[in-house]
Amino acid sequence: MKSRRQFLKISSLSAAGLVFGGGLLETFADNLLKNNQSYFKGPYDFARTPTYCEVCFWKCAGWVHKDENGRIKKIIGNDDDPNCNGRFCPRGTGGVGMYFDRDRLKTPLIRTDVRGKQSFREATWDEAFDYIASKMNKIKEEHGPECTALFTHGSGGKYFGNLLKGFGSNNIAAPSYAQCRGPREVAFLATFGQGINSPENTDIRDTKCLVLIGSHLGENMHNGQVQEMSDAIDKGTTIITVDPRFSTVAGKSKHWLPIKPSTDIALLLSWMNVIINEELFDKKYVEKYTFGFDLLKAYVQPFTPEWAYGITTIKPQQIRDTAHEMANAAPAVIVHPGRHVTWYGDDTQRLRAVAILNALLGSWGRRGGFYNPEKASVPHFHLPDFPKPNKNWRDAMGGKYKLADLALASGVCQATIPSPEMSCSIKGWIVNGTNLINTLPDQKKTIAAIQALDLLVVVDTMPMEITGYADVVLPECTYLERYDSLRISQGRVPSIALRMPAVDPLYNTKPAFWMARELAKKLDLLQYFPFETIEEEIDWELKQVGSSLEEMQRIGVKLLDREADDLYFGEDEDVEFNTNTGKIELYSTALEEEGFDPFPVFTQHPEPDSGFYRLIYGRAPMHTFSRTANNPNLTDLMDENSVWVNPKVAKVWDLKNDQYVYLENQDGVISDFKIKVRITERIRWDSVYMVHGFGHADKRMTRAFGKGVSDTQMITNVMIDPIMGGTGMRGNFVTFRFDNKKAEV
Amino acid sequence: MAIDTKKCVGCSDCVVACQTENDVPIGHCRDWVVEVMDGTYPQLEIELRSERCNHCKNSPCVRCCPTGASHYSDGGIVLVTKNECIGCSACITSCPYDARYVHPDGYVDKCTFCLHRVKKGMQPACVAVCPTKCMYFGDLDDPGSEVSEVLKKRKYKTLIPEAGTKPQLYFLI
Ligand code: SF4
Ligand code: SF4
Ligand code: SF4
Repeated sequence: MKSRRQFLKISSLSAAGLVFGGGLLETFADNLLKNNQSYFKGPYDFARTPTYCEVCFWKCAGWVHKDENGRIKKIIGNDDDPNCNGRFCPRGTGGVGMYFDRDRLKTPLIRTDVRGKQSFREATWDEAFDYIASKMNKIKEEHGPECTALFTHGSGGKYFGNLLKGFGSNNIAAPSYAQCRGPREVAFLATFGQGINSPENTDIRDTKCLVLIGSHLGENMHNGQVQEMSDAIDKGTTIITVDPRFSTVAGKSKHWLPIKPSTDIALLLSWMNVIINEELFDKKYVEKYTFGFDLLKAYVQPFTPEWAYGITTIKPQQIRDTAHEMANAAPAVIVHPGRHVTWYGDDTQRLRAVAILNALLGSWGRRGGFYNPEKASVPHFHLPDFPKPNKNWRDAMGGKYKLADLALASGVCQATIPSPEMSCSIKGWIVNGTNLINTLPDQKKTIAAIQALDLLVVVDTMPMEITGYADVVLPECTYLERYDSLRISQGRVPSIALRMPAVDPLYNTKPAFWMARELAKKLDLLQYFPFETIEEEIDWELKQVGSSLEEMQRIGVKLLDREADDLYFGEDEDVEFNTNTGKIELYSTALEEEGFDPFPVFTQHPEPDSGFYRLIYGRAPMHTFSRTANNPNLTDLMDENSVWVNPKVAKVWDLKNDQYVYLENQDGVISDFKIKVRITERIRWDSVYMVHGFGHADKRMTRAFGKGVSDTQMITNVMIDPIMGGTGMRGNFVTFRFDNKKAEV
Repeated sequence: MAIDTKKCVGCSDCVVACQTENDVPIGHCRDWVVEVMDGTYPQLEIELRSERCNHCKNSPCVRCCPTGASHYSDGGIVLVTKNECIGCSACITSCPYDARYVHPDGYVDKCTFCLHRVKKGMQPACVAVCPTKCMYFGDLDDPGSEVSEVLKKRKYKTLIPEAGTKPQLYFLI
């Protein structure tokens, strides 16, 4: 059979054609309906059960459909869900693969050799819980209960969280904060007294100008935002994209600014310069709501477009034109804060510049800018008070990162590595649904922390790398086989969504609620688990808002009333912002108090040595980090990452398309595996690009093992944000190698 | 069917949704995504589009099928009756768009425009799932249908028109 690939070479109109879809043939008999069905007998009236998607944090609500044999067939969005409007993204549609994946963890495991060696024995749940409970009690006796921590990403976190808090620790961290969106939250809190949260309160649907800085909507499939961006394109919205890479959305933009990496703050300052000096800002808004305008005006005077040109390589005229586009659209303009923003260690300041620009344009609280998110929520059952921990990871940080509003996963990791400065070295970790080996930068440090532990428990559905280091592995059933706590989304209209099992769990897997409660029994903490089953808890919560489990099983999603019904600020409305001055702080008094610059300062970042290229990473629409790397449906679309190389660079290195190379970074770290070269004009000559989440080193993930390079492995230079402890990861440079032999020393 | 290349982000959701809806075995697909790139940095253009069988009005695949398994059905939709298909692959060779594949069970399979859904008044699975809502499906003979309306308003092209198969997929540009 001709492959699509061959076909494309013939038909594509110009340079390079590329196809996604249809990878290697894999027999997947379970998933096929072998019994002949004609085209006309369609699978439309199968029993359906509600769920919300677990493939990313967007948590779209949908329906799981089964075939006549009771097998899971497909997952379709719920039309009533404001997060997805009946349309899942490819990862959510392919979520069925998580259930069918034969490489899943199947039964509890207990380590029989040193950490990092794959030697486990199968255990019963009871044995596993006894083991964990006795180790936890030992840590409590010898070091105190505070010396335990939970890392969590995913829905079961609430129950392990209650367990840990009941035990006496509040070291509870999610890598989505310090490794991802933390700087954005801190910057917007400092400016507007309010963070961005998820889903983001960006009013893309009604915007007239969308400015994306290093944010590649469409490649990151944050569903609601992608949908609204598409609606905005229909309405003729102007898109401005700032990216050293010609991203998908750059291809849909009126203006693409191919910026030199790491210079975004210079561009932002020069935009402020134009908007202030040409008096394009929203005068009434600035006067009524903001603090520090005169100081800002004086501050930005040196930052002319001509000044920025030399730094960013963006032409002064283009800087002015784009500033005018924004001002013309204001207040229906969004300078998008992005999501994964931990790049260069001055990220809070960069996001402050984004926030200030939005304030000057008057877009916060305005239609087509940022709406006021709803605050409604569902009451939780009142639990007995948790014991007060004597200390936590912050005490180990010597007073740093006070402005971080959530725990830092990297901080907890740091507080685990024994050192003379730290009073509380953490001794036990529970890791729920996050592959820390690939989510925390600087793998060596993560592994050093793990080696210092007395107990590492990993809860996951897949044999991710982190499970290889665990003392006990607890296999969770997938989201299609369990209840979880309700999804409560705020957004424009608050909504709740139910997840219930579509089928019984495969193998000897269990839901997080059950695991946490069984552990609570062993640790004498049952008072924190007043409900015997999660169904009872959900039903109790639903009854508080006039619904019930029975109703939600039928409808899946329910909209709640808005508590306050003003999506935008009213005309001349008085607004009190949750900052020191009660105003939008252009000049940040909170940062000043902590000894940081009250205005964002541009600093020059190191540049690659000759022969090295800045490593930029991002996302592909069909994958969510490591989580989907072994999913049979999604690896069918994309089963390895490639390294994007500009043709000029390829010429220097004599690289060919589809050739495999190793990468080596500035610290001499050579990649474990090879990566395919993709020669493309879409990337600058001073950078290379790859999709995050590949290059898995655990053989038990048969589809993902050894496929591509792990960008995390190449990220050994971490630039810490002094304000909130974010881990900047874009200061790493790589070069090409044709073998992986370590150089002689 | 019309597909808006200005909105498509190349996410392949249409591919996965088709696979799960129609039990397309992993490793095969009835629809796929093409990326065409032009220019040199930083003067670049990119087109993304979701492709599938064009349900050609003048189909070489139907003409060359020795058993009559490949045929026109309601509304000009080109279908394969799998019980009549002997898997000879003549149609695969004749199709300029590489829209067909041999199913592991021995017959030739391709896009059906999800006729089983359409008969129920639903949209094809790919159209219904697309997060950018970039596909329009309907009756091209009805001037009032959404797809006819959008073709009146927008510029469009078809693929390989020179093959003379009268393809019925329109790409909005
Ligand atoms: S955006 Fe996609 S992966 Fe994320 S929750 Fe929605 S459907 Fe699932
Ligand atoms: S689902 Fe829609 S946006 Fe995604 S590739 Fe298919 S047509 Fe394009
Ligand atoms: S696209 Fe190919 S398979 Fe479809 S009708 Fe045309 S010739 Fe036949």
